[in-house]
Amino acid sequence: MASDESKPLLEVRNLRKYYPIRKGFQKRMVGYTKAVDGVSFVVPEGRTMGLVGESGCGKTTTARCILRAIEPDGGEVIFHDQQLGAVDVVSADKKTLHQLRRNMQMIFQDPYSSLNPRMTLLDIVGEPLVVNNVAKGRELEDRVAELLRLVGLRPEYMRRYPHAFSGGQRQRIGIARALALNPRLVVADEPVSALDVSIQAQTLNLLQDLQEQFHLSYIFVAHDLSVVEHVSDAVAVMYVGKLVETAETDEFYLHPRHPYTEALLSAVPRAEARVQKERIILTGEVPDPANPPSGCCFHPRCRYAEAICSQEEPSLREIEPGHFVACHFADELTLKGVA
Amino acid sequence: MVLDRREGEALIEVNDLKTYFFLDEGTVRAIDGVTFDIRRGQTLGVVGESGCGKSVTAQSILRIVPHPGRIVGGSILLHRYSGSGGNSQVESVVDLTSLNPRGDQIRAIRGAEIALIFQEPMTSFSPVHTIGNQIMEAILLHRRVSKSEARGIATDMLRRCGLPRAEDVINRYPWELSGGMRQRSMIAMALSCQPSLLIADEPTTALDVTTQAQVLNLMRDLQEEMGMAIMYITHNLGVIAEVAEEVIVMYLGKVVERTDVNSLFNDPRHPYTQALLRSIPKLGRRSRTRLDTIKGMVPDPYNIPRGCPFHPRCPQARDGLCNVQEPQVVDVGGGHLVSCLLIKGQ
Repeated sequence: MASDESKPLLEVRNLRKYYPIRKGFQKRMVGYTKAVDGVSFVVPEGRTMGLVGESGCGKTTTARCILRAIEPDGGEVIFHDQQLGAVDVVSADKKTLHQLRRNMQMIFQDPYSSLNPRMTLLDIVGEPLVVNNVAKGRELEDRVAELLRLVGLRPEYMRRYPHAFSGGQRQRIGIARALALNPRLVVADEPVSALDVSIQAQTLNLLQDLQEQFHLSYIFVAHDLSVVEHVSDAVAVMYVGKLVETAETDEFYLHPRHPYTEALLSAVPRAEARVQKERIILTGEVPDPANPPSGCCFHPRCRYAEAICSQEEPSLREIEPGHFVACHFADELTLKGVA
Repeated sequence: MVLDRREGEALIEVNDLKTYFFLDEGTVRAIDGVTFDIRRGQTLGVVGESGCGKSVTAQSILRIVPHPGRIVGGSILLHRYSGSGGNSQVESVVDLTSLNPRGDQIRAIRGAEIALIFQEPMTSFSPVHTIGNQIMEAILLHRRVSKSEARGIATDMLRRCGLPRAEDVINRYPWELSGGMRQRSMIAMALSCQPSLLIADEPTTALDVTTQAQVLNLMRDLQEEMGMAIMYITHNLGVIAEVAEEVIVMYLGKVVERTDVNSLFNDPRHPYTQALLRSIPKLGRRSRTRLDTIKGMVPDPYNIPRGCPFHPRCPQARDGLCNVQEPQVVDVGGGHLVSCLLIKGQ
């Protein structure tokens, strides 16, 4: 986590996923929903990248495209594998992908629907080991027991079914399954949003410990900005399928440069005694990605918008080292971060 | 605060309420001796983790506790006022626990005097009726108006709840609307009969932060305008800081602390409240340190620990005291109530 090396593990370049919109009797294609539209970022080894945004902004689609759980329509996802070297996940063939996936795992949001109720913990956590011919029989049980202990569950529970466990325990089972193959990248899609406050803290600590122990990299998808601040080394914000800002965590929270980030940060309810605070309330709703506004997607809700914003689409540019923003006025605006 | 002038006028008084669920596996004491009150125009926040009984409290007030649950003790007094503003007087007091849950009396109160907003607006609206028809149903049931008047009231309420093109939205089905719009429609429906108490059960949990901020603002504005009291149930301490004036913290069917919102955050006294506050990541206080956690998890509801229910997880628990004796509620000053054996005066 606090390691100095910042060798990239994963480089996402111009990732795209367009869903066709079909209409009419002949299912003629009438346009695209641009769910992910030109997203690029880098995840260094042993670091955590937080991916935030409102629902429908494409953060989950991005996460799944990286693992090719959804087929992306364009762009590159370069994974620096220890054996294979730098491989593009998007264009990898079946065999390479199979090898790559051992190093890329996922933790899901809902611990109730992501575990098969008819499989025991041994089956669930052991499945990746069996599929990849890593272990079987006695050895498999030993390995599963070790994994369960690692995430704070008792190995004796191995023959039980998921229904016997609480939400927090189930999330631990999901984490054990993700770690079964010693991956290097874990994509966590809202891993704590379904959990209670006290269980959420336990799970976040566990993820942090495991990162230190195994030098894992995380892509942490979440909508809770205080959780993301706590776990991430860098943060990227998405809006209507596009990346609008990305920076190191401190910089991001203290000196946001995109008006959307400012509004997001200001909307977070703070758990502290009443302070009179000027809140930026965004009007309207997130536009339909099938029919996005012209120019900058955010301009209809932006309080700083000017004529150019509805005409020209701003590109993502580096405004300070490591701080990328897609806004025409990023240089001129002074925006409020969290104090 | 605009509403301070009404301070002291009790609207709801809950006394030693007990709601148990009688299951084959045993008795679940979902609420076990809860006492609190809500004054007119006040916002009471109810915090706690899942299973602490916060939703069952709301269900008990409305008398919609699902089978096999039953209110087995205590009282819920609803004070009714005549007239409005400063010169209103108590007209009558009803004990809601004494009413037949299927009777006319409680039905006249539900939706009219006490309204409820649910967590998930998608599942709480009927998908086969338009938004307008569902709001009008409530209005026609409780108010003596014609159908076209009811339609007018519904449109007006939707507009006041910030829905653009209300006359168009009224003809829409719930699934045609976004989450935020649906929750606004839900609020419009709840407020269409001008209730004196609005119970909001996790109304913004399913929404994005930006939409949540919009909805919280809306509720605050409407409260100022219409003067209803709000009982706001949530597990999110940030939202509590935003909306509530008074807060009760619940754990395993009991109120462990009750205080005003500022001292909840500045001077929490119960170890559970303190631990809860420490376990949430706070915005703008970035540190790569570990979060403080509450060890273990909420115990199985069939066998709640003896003594103080929090003692197995409490970092300050004293053996021979906390696992034996049941704590009483103590006033630590200024109406700040705590139920902990380690507080002086026990």
